[in-house]
Amino acid sequence: MTTVIDIKDVVVSYREDVALRGVSLQVESGEFIGIIGPNGAGKTTLLTVVNGFGKLRSGSVRVLGNFVTEGRGHSLRKKIGYVSQLENIDPKMPMSVREVVMIGRYGLLGLLRNPGKTDWEIVDDTLALTGMSHLAQRPIGHLSGGEQQRVAIARCLAQEPELFLLDEPTASLDWKAKTEILGLVKQIHDLRQLTTLFVTHDLSTLPAACDRVVLMKEGLIRVVGSPDKALTDENLSQLYDIPLSAVKERRKEASLAGY
Amino acid sequence: MDISIFGYQFMQNAILSALLGGIACAVVGVFVVLLHLPFIGVAMSHAAFAGALLGIWLGFNPLLGAFTFSLLSAAIIGPLADRGQLSPETSLGVIFSFMLGIAFLFLGLMPGTKSAALELLWGSILTNTRGDIVLLAIVAVVVVGLVFAFYKEIQATIFQRSIALAVGLPATLIFYGILFLTGATVTATLRSIGGLLIFSLILNPAAAAYQLTYNLKRMFLLAAVFGVLSGWAGLLFSYLFNIPSGATIVITSSVIFMLAAVFSPKRKVKGWQNKPASEG
Repeated sequence: MTTVIDIKDVVVSYREDVALRGVSLQVESGEFIGIIGPNGAGKTTLLTVVNGFGKLRSGSVRVLGNFVTEGRGHSLRKKIGYVSQLENIDPKMPMSVREVVMIGRYGLLGLLRNPGKTDWEIVDDTLALTGMSHLAQRPIGHLSGGEQQRVAIARCLAQEPELFLLDEPTASLDWKAKTEILGLVKQIHDLRQLTTLFVTHDLSTLPAACDRVVLMKEGLIRVVGSPDKALTDENLSQLYDIPLSAVKERRKEASLAGY
Repeated sequence: MDISIFGYQFMQNAILSALLGGIACAVVGVFVVLLHLPFIGVAMSHAAFAGALLGIWLGFNPLLGAFTFSLLSAAIIGPLADRGQLSPETSLGVIFSFMLGIAFLFLGLMPGTKSAALELLWGSILTNTRGDIVLLAIVAVVVVGLVFAFYKEIQATIFQRSIALAVGLPATLIFYGILFLTGATVTATLRSIGGLLIFSLILNPAAAAYQLTYNLKRMFLLAAVFGVLSGWAGLLFSYLFNIPSGATIVITSSVIFMLAAVFSPKRKVKGWQNKPASEG
Protein backbone atom coordinates (compact mmCIF):
# COMPACT_ATOMS: atom_id res chain seq x y z
CA MET A 1 0.00 0.00 0.00
CA THR A 2 1.34 3.45 -0.90
CA THR A 3 0.80 6.50 1.26
CA VAL A 4 -0.81 9.06 -1.03
CA ILE A 5 -1.56 11.71 1.59
CA ASP A 6 0.84 12.46 4.44
CA ILE A 7 -0.16 15.36 6.68
CA LYS A 8 2.22 16.13 9.59
CA ASP A 9 1.51 18.58 12.41
CA VAL A 10 -0.26 21.02 10.15
CA VAL A 11 -1.45 24.37 11.47
CA VAL A 12 -3.70 26.51 9.30
CA SER A 13 -5.09 29.86 10.28
CA TYR A 14 -7.08 32.61 8.59
CA ARG A 15 -6.18 35.87 10.31
CA GLU A 16 -7.28 35.45 13.92
CA ASP A 17 -9.06 32.09 13.38
CA VAL A 18 -6.99 28.95 13.78
CA ALA A 19 -8.71 26.35 11.60
CA LEU A 20 -6.29 23.46 12.13
CA ARG A 21 -4.23 23.24 15.31
CA GLY A 22 -1.59 20.62 14.57
CA VAL A 23 -3.22 17.84 12.56
CA SER A 24 -1.56 14.65 11.31
CA LEU A 25 -3.10 12.04 9.04
CA GLN A 26 -1.83 9.40 6.59
CA VAL A 27 -4.04 7.99 3.85
CA GLU A 28 -3.17 4.90 1.81
CA SER A 29 -3.94 4.41 -1.85
CA GLY A 30 -7.51 3.25 -2.49
CA GLU A 31 -8.75 4.07 1.02
CA PHE A 32 -12.17 5.59 1.60
CA ILE A 33 -11.93 8.02 4.52
CA GLY A 34 -14.98 9.60 6.10
CA ILE A 35 -14.36 12.87 7.96
CA ILE A 36 -17.04 13.91 10.40
CA GLY A 37 -17.48 16.61 13.00
CA PRO A 38 -19.55 19.63 13.98
CA ASN A 39 -19.53 22.88 11.99
CA GLY A 40 -16.24 24.74 12.37
CA ALA A 41 -14.29 21.57 13.22
CA GLY A 42 -11.79 22.14 10.37
CA LYS A 43 -13.06 19.41 8.03
CA THR A 44 -13.20 21.58 4.91
CA THR A 45 -9.85 23.14 5.83
CA LEU A 46 -8.35 19.66 5.94
CA LEU A 47 -9.49 19.13 2.33
CA THR A 48 -8.06 22.51 1.26
CA VAL A 49 -4.74 21.48 2.75
CA VAL A 50 -4.76 18.38 0.52
CA ASN A 51 -5.60 20.26 -2.70
CA GLY A 52 -3.23 23.12 -2.07
CA PHE A 53 -5.71 25.87 -1.22
CA GLY A 54 -5.01 25.96 2.50
CA LYS A 55 -2.41 28.37 3.84
CA LEU A 56 -0.07 26.39 6.06
CA ARG A 57 1.41 28.22 9.04
CA SER A 58 3.48 25.20 10.00
CA GLY A 59 3.77 21.50 9.36
CA SER A 60 4.11 19.64 6.08
CA VAL A 61 1.82 18.03 3.54
CA ARG A 62 2.81 15.48 0.91
CA VAL A 63 0.19 14.52 -1.67
CA LEU A 64 0.83 11.97 -4.41
CA GLY A 65 4.52 12.07 -3.58
CA ASN A 66 4.94 15.85 -3.79
CA PHE A 67 5.21 18.41 -1.04
CA VAL A 68 2.33 20.82 -1.26
CA THR A 69 3.62 24.37 -1.55
CA GLU A 70 1.97 27.51 -2.81
CA GLY A 71 3.55 27.23 -6.24
CA ARG A 72 2.54 23.60 -6.87
CA GLY A 73 -1.16 24.20 -6.50
CA HIS A 74 -2.21 24.20 -10.17
CA SER A 75 -0.35 21.07 -11.24
CA LEU A 76 -1.46 19.13 -8.15
CA ARG A 77 -5.13 20.07 -8.54
CA LYS A 78 -5.20 18.58 -12.02
CA LYS A 79 -4.92 15.17 -10.33
CA ILE A 80 -7.51 15.82 -7.63
CA GLY A 81 -11.23 15.72 -8.22
CA TYR A 82 -13.11 18.05 -5.88
CA VAL A 83 -16.86 18.13 -5.28
CA SER A 84 -18.14 20.84 -2.98
CA GLN A 85 -21.54 21.50 -1.50
CA LEU A 86 -24.35 22.22 -3.87
CA GLU A 87 -23.97 25.77 -5.14
CA ASN A 88 -26.60 27.95 -6.71
CA ILE A 89 -26.22 27.96 -10.45
CA ASP A 90 -27.76 30.72 -12.53
CA PRO A 91 -30.75 29.08 -14.25
CA LYS A 92 -29.99 31.15 -17.36
CA MET A 93 -26.31 30.12 -17.53
CA PRO A 94 -25.47 29.49 -21.22
CA MET A 95 -23.79 26.11 -20.83
CA SER A 96 -24.97 22.55 -21.22
CA VAL A 97 -24.39 19.62 -18.84
CA ARG A 98 -21.95 18.07 -21.33
CA GLU A 99 -19.91 21.28 -21.57
CA VAL A 100 -19.72 21.61 -17.80
CA VAL A 101 -18.50 18.03 -17.42
CA MET A 102 -15.81 18.79 -20.03
CA ILE A 103 -14.51 21.56 -17.72
CA GLY A 104 -13.06 18.73 -15.66
CA ARG A 105 -10.61 18.01 -18.51
CA TYR A 106 -9.54 21.61 -19.16
CA GLY A 107 -6.71 21.55 -16.66
CA LEU A 108 -5.29 18.41 -18.30
CA LEU A 109 -5.53 19.80 -21.83
CA GLY A 110 -3.28 22.77 -21.22
CA LEU A 111 -3.35 26.23 -22.72
CA LEU A 112 -4.30 26.81 -26.38
CA ARG A 113 -5.52 23.20 -26.84
CA ASN A 114 -9.14 22.41 -27.55
CA PRO A 115 -10.93 19.20 -26.52
CA GLY A 116 -10.69 16.40 -29.08
CA LYS A 117 -12.70 13.26 -29.89
CA THR A 118 -11.10 11.25 -27.06
CA ASP A 119 -11.92 13.95 -24.53
CA TRP A 120 -15.59 13.97 -25.55
CA GLU A 121 -15.69 10.17 -25.37
CA ILE A 122 -14.38 10.31 -21.79
CA VAL A 123 -17.01 12.92 -20.93
CA ASP A 124 -19.77 10.77 -22.42
CA ASP A 125 -18.52 7.75 -20.46
CA THR A 126 -18.63 9.64 -17.16
CA LEU A 127 -22.11 10.93 -17.97
CA ALA A 128 -23.20 7.33 -18.53
CA LEU A 129 -21.56 6.18 -15.27
CA THR A 130 -23.35 8.88 -13.28
CA GLY A 131 -26.68 8.26 -15.01
CA MET A 132 -26.77 11.67 -16.69
CA SER A 133 -26.49 10.81 -20.41
CA HIS A 134 -30.14 11.63 -21.04
CA LEU A 135 -29.57 15.17 -19.70
CA ALA A 136 -26.31 15.87 -21.56
CA GLN A 137 -27.73 18.69 -23.69
CA ARG A 138 -29.83 20.27 -20.95
CA PRO A 139 -28.80 23.76 -19.75
CA ILE A 140 -26.77 23.32 -16.57
CA GLY A 141 -29.05 25.66 -14.61
CA HIS A 142 -32.09 23.47 -15.27
CA LEU A 143 -31.25 20.55 -13.02
CA SER A 144 -32.42 19.47 -9.62
CA GLY A 145 -29.96 19.51 -6.71
CA GLY A 146 -29.28 15.80 -6.96
CA GLU A 147 -28.69 16.03 -10.72
CA GLN A 148 -26.26 18.92 -10.25
CA GLN A 149 -24.23 16.91 -7.78
CA ARG A 150 -24.17 13.99 -10.23
CA VAL A 151 -22.81 16.40 -12.85
CA ALA A 152 -20.20 17.61 -10.35
CA ILE A 153 -19.13 14.01 -9.76
CA ALA A 154 -19.07 13.34 -13.52
CA ARG A 155 -16.91 16.45 -13.96
CA CYS A 156 -14.44 15.14 -11.39
CA LEU A 157 -14.32 11.70 -13.00
CA ALA A 158 -13.71 13.30 -16.42
CA GLN A 159 -10.54 14.69 -14.87
CA GLU A 160 -9.34 11.09 -14.37
CA PRO A 161 -8.19 12.03 -10.88
CA GLU A 162 -5.95 10.12 -8.53
CA LEU A 163 -7.72 11.53 -5.48
CA PHE A 164 -11.38 12.24 -4.92
CA LEU A 165 -12.37 14.90 -2.37
CA LEU A 166 -16.02 15.45 -1.51
CA ASP A 167 -17.00 18.31 0.82
CA GLU A 168 -20.53 17.83 2.15
CA PRO A 169 -21.82 16.79 -1.28
CA THR A 170 -25.24 15.81 0.08
CA ALA A 171 -25.91 19.01 2.04
CA SER A 172 -29.14 20.73 0.89
CA LEU A 173 -30.34 17.59 -0.91
CA ASP A 174 -33.57 15.74 -0.18
CA TRP A 175 -33.52 12.20 1.23
CA LYS A 176 -33.87 10.49 -2.16
CA ALA A 177 -31.07 12.56 -3.75
CA LYS A 178 -28.81 11.97 -0.72
CA THR A 179 -29.31 8.23 -0.98
CA GLU A 180 -28.56 8.26 -4.70
CA ILE A 181 -25.39 10.35 -4.31
CA LEU A 182 -24.09 8.15 -1.51
CA GLY A 183 -24.77 5.08 -3.63
CA LEU A 184 -23.01 6.63 -6.62
CA VAL A 185 -19.93 7.54 -4.57
CA LYS A 186 -19.70 3.96 -3.28
CA GLN A 187 -20.16 2.58 -6.80
CA ILE A 188 -17.34 4.79 -8.13
CA HIS A 189 -15.03 3.82 -5.29
CA ASP A 190 -15.71 0.12 -5.85
CA LEU A 191 -15.22 0.46 -9.61
CA ARG A 192 -12.11 2.63 -9.72
CA GLN A 193 -10.59 2.14 -6.24
CA LEU A 194 -10.13 5.90 -6.06
CA THR A 195 -8.60 7.22 -2.84
CA THR A 196 -11.57 9.14 -1.44
CA LEU A 197 -11.99 11.69 1.35
CA PHE A 198 -15.65 12.37 2.19
CA VAL A 199 -16.51 15.21 4.56
CA THR A 200 -19.84 15.51 6.32
CA HIS A 201 -21.21 17.00 9.51
CA ASP A 202 -24.13 14.55 9.53
CA LEU A 203 -23.55 11.00 10.72
CA SER A 204 -26.53 9.76 8.74
CA THR A 205 -24.83 10.75 5.47
CA LEU A 206 -21.49 9.11 6.23
CA PRO A 207 -21.06 6.47 3.55
CA ALA A 208 -21.15 2.87 4.67
CA ALA A 209 -18.19 2.29 2.34
CA CYS A 210 -15.71 4.06 4.66
CA ASP A 211 -12.57 2.09 5.52
CA ARG A 212 -11.74 4.54 8.29
CA VAL A 213 -13.47 7.46 9.93
CA VAL A 214 -11.81 10.63 11.21
CA LEU A 215 -13.61 12.55 13.96
CA MET A 216 -12.67 16.24 14.09
CA LYS A 217 -13.49 18.98 16.54
CA GLU A 218 -12.14 22.51 17.07
CA GLY A 219 -9.32 22.12 14.58
CA LEU A 220 -8.03 18.81 15.91
CA ILE A 221 -8.43 15.15 15.00
CA ARG A 222 -9.96 13.47 18.06
CA VAL A 223 -10.38 9.90 16.85
CA VAL A 224 -9.27 7.87 13.81
CA GLY A 225 -10.33 4.29 13.25
CA SER A 226 -12.65 1.85 11.57
CA PRO A 227 -16.33 2.90 11.66
CA ASP A 228 -17.11 0.29 14.35
CA LYS A 229 -14.31 1.48 16.63
CA ALA A 230 -14.58 5.23 16.00
CA LEU A 231 -18.31 5.83 15.88
CA THR A 232 -19.18 4.71 19.40
CA ASP A 233 -21.91 6.49 21.32
CA GLU A 234 -19.34 7.90 23.73
CA ASN A 235 -17.16 9.34 20.95
CA LEU A 236 -20.16 10.93 19.22
CA SER A 237 -21.46 12.33 22.50
CA GLN A 238 -18.12 14.06 23.09
CA LEU A 239 -17.79 15.14 19.47
CA TYR A 240 -21.14 16.93 19.29
CA ASP A 241 -21.43 17.87 22.99
CA ILE A 242 -24.77 16.12 23.33
CA PRO A 243 -25.87 13.64 26.02
CA LEU A 244 -25.43 9.91 25.43
CA SER A 245 -29.19 9.44 25.45
CA ALA A 246 -29.55 11.94 22.60
CA VAL A 247 -26.95 10.04 20.55
CA LYS A 248 -28.85 6.78 21.00
CA GLU A 249 -32.09 8.54 20.02
CA ARG A 250 -30.50 9.97 16.86
CA ARG A 251 -29.13 6.55 15.88
CA LYS A 252 -32.61 5.07 16.25
CA GLU A 253 -34.06 7.84 14.05
CA ALA A 254 -31.34 7.34 11.43
CA SER A 255 -31.92 3.58 11.25
CA LEU A 256 -35.70 4.13 10.96
CA ALA A 257 -35.03 6.51 8.08
CA GLY A 258 -33.07 3.78 6.37
CA TYR A 259 -29.50 5.17 6.63
CA MET B 1 -32.80 60.58 -46.53
CA ASP B 2 -29.69 61.99 -48.12
CA ILE B 3 -27.36 58.99 -48.43
CA SER B 4 -24.47 61.10 -49.65
CA ILE B 5 -23.71 61.60 -45.95
CA PHE B 6 -22.14 58.14 -45.97
CA GLY B 7 -19.57 59.34 -48.46
CA TYR B 8 -18.04 61.72 -45.98
CA GLN B 9 -14.92 60.63 -44.11
CA PHE B 10 -16.29 61.58 -40.67
CA MET B 11 -19.35 59.34 -41.19
CA GLN B 12 -17.23 56.45 -42.45
CA ASN B 13 -15.00 56.85 -39.40
CA ALA B 14 -18.08 56.82 -37.18
CA ILE B 15 -19.48 53.68 -38.83
CA LEU B 16 -16.14 51.90 -38.50
CA SER B 17 -15.85 53.04 -34.87
CA ALA B 18 -19.35 51.70 -34.14
CA LEU B 19 -18.41 48.36 -35.72
CA LEU B 20 -15.17 47.93 -33.80
CA GLY B 21 -16.38 49.49 -30.56
CA GLY B 22 -19.63 47.53 -30.69
CA ILE B 23 -17.77 44.24 -31.02
CA ALA B 24 -15.23 44.99 -28.29
CA CYS B 25 -17.84 46.31 -25.84
CA ALA B 26 -20.19 43.42 -26.47
CA VAL B 27 -17.56 40.72 -25.96
CA VAL B 28 -16.38 42.32 -22.73
CA GLY B 29 -20.04 42.74 -21.79
CA VAL B 30 -20.53 38.96 -21.86
CA PHE B 31 -17.92 38.67 -19.11
CA VAL B 32 -19.55 41.44 -17.12
CA VAL B 33 -23.00 39.83 -17.32
CA LEU B 34 -21.97 36.25 -16.59
CA LEU B 35 -19.46 37.10 -13.86
CA HIS B 36 -22.02 39.44 -12.26
CA LEU B 37 -19.58 42.34 -12.39
CA PRO B 38 -21.76 45.35 -13.21
CA PHE B 39 -20.58 47.18 -10.09
CA ILE B 40 -16.93 46.83 -11.07
CA GLY B 41 -17.67 47.81 -14.66
CA VAL B 42 -19.56 50.98 -13.74
CA ALA B 43 -16.84 52.03 -11.33
CA MET B 44 -14.17 51.41 -13.99
CA SER B 45 -16.09 53.50 -16.54
CA HIS B 46 -16.36 56.46 -14.20
CA ALA B 47 -12.76 56.05 -13.12
CA ALA B 48 -11.70 56.11 -16.79
CA PHE B 49 -13.69 59.28 -17.26
CA ALA B 50 -11.99 60.88 -14.25
CA GLY B 51 -8.56 59.77 -15.49
CA ALA B 52 -9.18 61.22 -18.94
CA LEU B 53 -10.22 64.57 -17.45
CA LEU B 54 -7.04 64.60 -15.37
CA GLY B 55 -5.09 64.10 -18.58
CA ILE B 56 -6.82 67.02 -20.28
CA TRP B 57 -6.31 69.24 -17.23
CA LEU B 58 -2.63 68.44 -16.74
CA GLY B 59 -1.84 68.27 -20.44
CA PHE B 60 -0.97 64.59 -20.96
CA ASN B 61 -2.70 61.98 -23.14
CA PRO B 62 -6.24 61.57 -21.75
CA LEU B 63 -6.31 57.92 -22.86
CA LEU B 64 -3.34 57.18 -20.64
CA GLY B 65 -5.17 58.78 -17.72
CA ALA B 66 -8.33 56.85 -18.55
CA PHE B 67 -6.55 53.49 -18.76
CA THR B 68 -4.56 54.05 -15.58
CA PHE B 69 -7.55 55.10 -13.52
CA SER B 70 -9.81 52.29 -14.75
CA LEU B 71 -7.19 49.68 -13.95
CA LEU B 72 -6.51 51.28 -10.58
CA SER B 73 -10.18 51.10 -9.66
CA ALA B 74 -10.34 47.44 -10.72
CA ALA B 75 -7.18 46.71 -8.76
CA ILE B 76 -8.80 48.15 -5.64
CA ILE B 77 -12.36 46.86 -5.98
CA GLY B 78 -11.52 43.43 -7.42
CA PRO B 79 -9.60 42.04 -4.41
CA LEU B 80 -11.98 43.66 -1.93
CA ALA B 81 -15.00 42.08 -3.58
CA ASP B 82 -13.07 38.80 -3.93
CA ARG B 83 -12.38 38.60 -0.22
CA GLY B 84 -15.96 39.54 0.62
CA GLN B 85 -14.78 42.57 2.54
CA LEU B 86 -17.00 44.87 0.60
CA SER B 87 -20.42 44.03 -0.71
CA PRO B 88 -20.96 44.88 -4.37
CA GLU B 89 -23.60 47.46 -3.50
CA THR B 90 -21.29 49.19 -1.04
CA SER B 91 -18.36 49.29 -3.46
CA LEU B 92 -20.62 50.63 -6.22
CA GLY B 93 -21.92 53.39 -3.97
CA VAL B 94 -18.55 54.45 -2.62
CA ILE B 95 -16.32 54.11 -5.66
CA PHE B 96 -18.96 55.39 -8.10
CA SER B 97 -19.62 58.55 -6.12
CA PHE B 98 -15.92 59.07 -5.39
CA MET B 99 -14.91 58.74 -9.05
CA LEU B 100 -17.72 60.93 -10.27
CA GLY B 101 -16.83 63.52 -7.63
CA ILE B 102 -13.17 63.42 -8.71
CA ALA B 103 -14.19 63.77 -12.36
CA PHE B 104 -16.31 66.84 -11.74
CA LEU B 105 -13.63 68.26 -9.47
CA PHE B 106 -11.13 68.04 -12.35
CA LEU B 107 -13.77 69.54 -14.65
CA GLY B 108 -14.28 72.45 -12.28
CA LEU B 109 -10.56 73.07 -11.78
CA MET B 110 -9.81 73.05 -15.51
CA PRO B 111 -9.00 76.52 -16.76
CA GLY B 112 -10.41 77.96 -19.95
CA THR B 113 -12.86 76.22 -22.28
CA LYS B 114 -14.08 72.80 -21.30
CA SER B 115 -15.31 71.60 -24.69
CA ALA B 116 -12.79 68.72 -24.93
CA ALA B 117 -13.78 67.59 -21.44
CA LEU B 118 -17.50 67.83 -22.15
CA GLU B 119 -17.02 65.74 -25.30
CA LEU B 120 -15.72 63.00 -23.04
CA LEU B 121 -18.89 63.28 -20.96
CA TRP B 122 -21.39 62.51 -23.70
CA GLY B 123 -19.16 61.13 -26.47
CA SER B 124 -18.24 62.38 -29.93
CA ILE B 125 -18.17 59.42 -32.28
CA LEU B 126 -18.66 61.75 -35.23
CA THR B 127 -15.27 63.39 -34.58
CA ASN B 128 -13.35 60.12 -34.31
CA THR B 129 -10.01 60.25 -36.08
CA ARG B 130 -7.98 57.59 -37.83
CA GLY B 131 -5.97 57.28 -34.61
CA ASP B 132 -9.16 56.49 -32.64
CA ILE B 133 -10.10 53.84 -35.19
CA VAL B 134 -6.67 52.22 -35.02
CA LEU B 135 -6.94 52.04 -31.23
CA LEU B 136 -10.44 50.55 -31.45
CA ALA B 137 -9.24 48.02 -34.01
CA ILE B 138 -6.32 46.95 -31.83
CA VAL B 139 -8.56 46.53 -28.77
CA ALA B 140 -11.24 44.67 -30.74
CA VAL B 141 -8.70 42.30 -32.29
CA VAL B 142 -7.01 41.68 -28.93
CA VAL B 143 -10.31 41.08 -27.11
CA VAL B 144 -11.72 38.73 -29.75
CA GLY B 145 -8.35 37.01 -30.23
CA LEU B 146 -7.94 36.32 -26.53
CA VAL B 147 -11.48 34.93 -26.30
CA PHE B 148 -10.72 32.56 -29.19
CA ALA B 149 -7.34 31.54 -27.78
CA PHE B 150 -8.44 31.03 -24.18
CA TYR B 151 -12.09 30.15 -24.72
CA LYS B 152 -12.14 27.06 -22.51
CA GLU B 153 -10.30 28.82 -19.64
CA ILE B 154 -12.71 31.75 -19.87
CA GLN B 155 -15.71 29.42 -20.05
CA ALA B 156 -14.63 27.58 -16.90
CA THR B 157 -13.93 30.82 -15.01
CA ILE B 158 -17.28 32.25 -16.05
CA PHE B 159 -19.10 29.10 -14.92
CA GLN B 160 -17.58 29.02 -11.45
CA ARG B 161 -14.18 30.41 -10.55
CA SER B 162 -13.78 27.95 -7.65
CA ILE B 163 -14.31 25.01 -10.00
CA ALA B 164 -11.89 26.45 -12.56
CA LEU B 165 -9.28 26.70 -9.78
CA ALA B 166 -10.12 23.21 -8.55
CA VAL B 167 -9.34 21.63 -11.94
CA GLY B 168 -5.98 23.41 -12.09
CA LEU B 169 -6.75 26.46 -14.23
CA PRO B 170 -5.23 29.87 -13.33
CA ALA B 171 -8.71 31.28 -12.78
CA THR B 172 -7.63 34.27 -10.68
CA LEU B 173 -5.24 35.34 -13.44
CA ILE B 174 -8.04 34.94 -15.98
CA PHE B 175 -10.41 36.98 -13.83
CA TYR B 176 -7.98 39.89 -13.53
CA GLY B 177 -7.15 39.53 -17.23
CA ILE B 178 -10.85 40.06 -17.91
CA LEU B 179 -10.79 43.21 -15.77
CA PHE B 180 -7.75 44.39 -17.75
CA LEU B 181 -9.62 43.85 -21.02
CA THR B 182 -12.62 45.72 -19.62
CA GLY B 183 -10.37 48.66 -18.73
CA ALA B 184 -8.80 48.64 -22.20
CA THR B 185 -12.20 48.52 -23.90
CA VAL B 186 -13.61 51.32 -21.75
CA THR B 187 -10.59 53.46 -22.54
CA ALA B 188 -10.72 52.83 -26.28
CA THR B 189 -14.45 53.61 -26.54
CA LEU B 190 -14.57 56.51 -24.07
CA ARG B 191 -14.27 59.24 -26.70
CA SER B 192 -16.89 57.65 -28.93
CA ILE B 193 -19.66 57.06 -26.41
CA GLY B 194 -18.79 59.18 -23.40
CA GLY B 195 -17.88 58.49 -19.81
CA LEU B 196 -21.39 58.44 -18.42
CA LEU B 197 -22.81 56.20 -21.12
CA ILE B 198 -20.05 53.78 -22.07
CA PHE B 199 -21.01 51.17 -19.55
CA SER B 200 -24.48 50.87 -21.02
CA LEU B 201 -22.96 49.88 -24.38
CA ILE B 202 -20.89 47.25 -22.58
CA LEU B 203 -23.81 45.87 -20.60
CA ASN B 204 -26.92 46.14 -22.82
CA PRO B 205 -25.96 44.08 -25.92
CA ALA B 206 -24.59 41.24 -23.76
CA ALA B 207 -27.60 41.37 -21.45
CA ALA B 208 -29.86 41.14 -24.51
CA ALA B 209 -27.94 38.14 -25.86
CA TYR B 210 -28.14 36.50 -22.43
CA GLN B 211 -31.92 36.53 -22.71
CA LEU B 212 -31.92 34.63 -25.98
CA THR B 213 -29.52 31.68 -25.81
CA TYR B 214 -28.23 28.81 -23.63
CA ASN B 215 -25.06 28.54 -25.72
CA LEU B 216 -22.02 30.61 -24.73
CA LYS B 217 -20.52 30.86 -28.23
CA ARG B 218 -23.87 32.01 -29.57
CA MET B 219 -24.08 34.54 -26.73
CA PHE B 220 -20.75 36.10 -27.75
CA LEU B 221 -21.90 36.23 -31.37
CA LEU B 222 -25.34 37.66 -30.60
CA ALA B 223 -23.87 40.24 -28.23
CA ALA B 224 -21.48 41.42 -30.96
CA VAL B 225 -24.34 41.64 -33.47
CA PHE B 226 -26.43 43.66 -31.01
CA GLY B 227 -23.45 45.88 -30.18
CA VAL B 228 -22.81 46.71 -33.83
CA LEU B 229 -26.53 47.08 -34.53
CA SER B 230 -26.83 49.51 -31.60
CA GLY B 231 -23.97 51.55 -33.03
CA TRP B 232 -25.16 51.66 -36.62
CA ALA B 233 -28.85 52.12 -35.85
CA GLY B 234 -27.95 54.72 -33.25
CA LEU B 235 -25.89 56.66 -35.81
CA LEU B 236 -28.73 56.47 -38.32
CA PHE B 237 -31.34 57.75 -35.83
CA SER B 238 -28.91 60.41 -34.64
CA TYR B 239 -28.53 61.62 -38.24
CA LEU B 240 -32.25 61.40 -39.04
CA PHE B 241 -33.45 63.25 -35.96
CA ASN B 242 -30.40 65.44 -35.37
CA ILE B 243 -29.83 64.24 -31.80
CA PRO B 244 -26.58 63.39 -29.89
CA SER B 245 -25.08 60.21 -31.28
CA GLY B 246 -23.64 58.74 -28.05
CA ALA B 247 -26.98 58.93 -26.25
CA THR B 248 -28.86 57.57 -29.27
CA ILE B 249 -26.56 54.58 -29.53
CA VAL B 250 -27.08 53.76 -25.85
CA ILE B 251 -30.85 54.20 -26.04
CA THR B 252 -30.94 51.93 -29.11
CA SER B 253 -28.99 49.28 -27.19
CA SER B 254 -31.48 49.59 -24.32
CA VAL B 255 -34.42 49.11 -26.71
CA ILE B 256 -32.75 45.99 -28.14
CA PHE B 257 -32.39 44.66 -24.60
CA MET B 258 -36.05 45.36 -23.79
CA LEU B 259 -37.20 43.57 -26.93
CA ALA B 260 -34.96 40.61 -26.13
CA ALA B 261 -36.33 40.46 -22.59
CA VAL B 262 -39.93 40.55 -23.82
CA PHE B 263 -39.40 37.77 -26.36
CA SER B 264 -36.93 35.79 -24.26
CA PRO B 265 -37.48 32.01 -24.16
CA LYS B 266 -35.85 32.17 -20.72
CA ARG B 267 -38.85 34.01 -19.30
CA LYS B 268 -40.28 30.56 -18.67
CA VAL B 269 -37.23 29.38 -16.69
CA LYS B 270 -39.04 29.38 -13.35
CA GLY B 271 -41.69 27.04 -14.79
CA TRP B 272 -38.96 24.57 -15.75
CA GLN B 273 -37.47 24.65 -12.32
CA ASN B 274 -40.82 23.65 -10.83
CA LYS B 275 -41.01 20.41 -12.83
CA PRO B 276 -41.52 17.33 -10.61
CA ALA B 277 -38.39 15.53 -9.41
CA SER B 278 -39.39 12.35 -11.27
CA GLU B 279 -38.60 14.11 -14.56
CA GLY B 280 -34.96 14.61 -13.38
